[in-house]
Amino acid sequence: MPDDFESQLERARPTLMRFAVLQLRDEQSAEDVVQDTLLAALQGREKFAGNAQLKTWLVSILKNKIVDRIRQRSREAPLPSLDEDEGDGDAFDALFAADGHWQEKPAAWGNPEASLQQSRFYDVMELCMKALPENLARVFTMREILEMETEEICKELAISTSNCWVVLYRARMRLRECLQLKWFGDNVGVGTE
Amino acid sequence: MKTCKEVHHLVIEGQDRQLSLMERISVRVHLMMCGACRRFEAQMDFLRQALRRFPGD
Repeated sequence: MPDDFESQLERARPTLMRFAVLQLRDEQSAEDVVQDTLLAALQGREKFAGNAQLKTWLVSILKNKIVDRIRQRSREAPLPSLDEDEGDGDAFDALFAADGHWQEKPAAWGNPEASLQQSRFYDVMELCMKALPENLARVFTMREILEMETEEICKELAISTSNCWVVLYRARMRLRECLQLKWFGDNVGVGTE
Repeated sequence: MKTCKEVHHLVIEGQDRQLSLMERISVRVHLMMCGACRRFEAQMDFLRQALRRFPGD
């Protein structure tokens, strides 16, 4: 049987690793959760409804494993508090004039599909995600990739809700800045209006 | 009338919490009149879409 379940799992491994490394920022932990995921998939293969995409099913298992790992981590090593962050809280204020208007009109990023269909786009996004400071990245990936609710994240990480919003704000603004620079900057014309 | 600076904060917070009715109205009114903030909002929607699809296919 050339295309049995096990070899399908093996083929999905690089994608799962990439996903896990981005969340956990550590090859070894990523290796562990991917291993656990593949094992769980093998043991639970009868739960896999063949009509769903295998990758989607694996990613949903992996997400749970990652959340468990993050929980365990935040008990062992609490998130550094925001105050220890080198205070870039007002860094984005420079985007605005004193009267509250944009200094520079945000660029038109055009139809997202044009970018989302290019695999190189995800490389750039990965690069930008990895450039986020650890405390921003941890909260942000829980929110956007693991799709947890904000309250849930704050509780998990034992930080205040308003702190959570500040962290998410900074992460989004940094990511936006990075994509503007590294993707949209030299892709003038890609799906723009 | 809210400034662009206030509105961009609300656009982002709207992704992480339920905005109040007043907040939603003031954002909507501002966006109707402000192309710059509409672009910003589109960028934020784009980010969310992109992240939820990571790592692509």
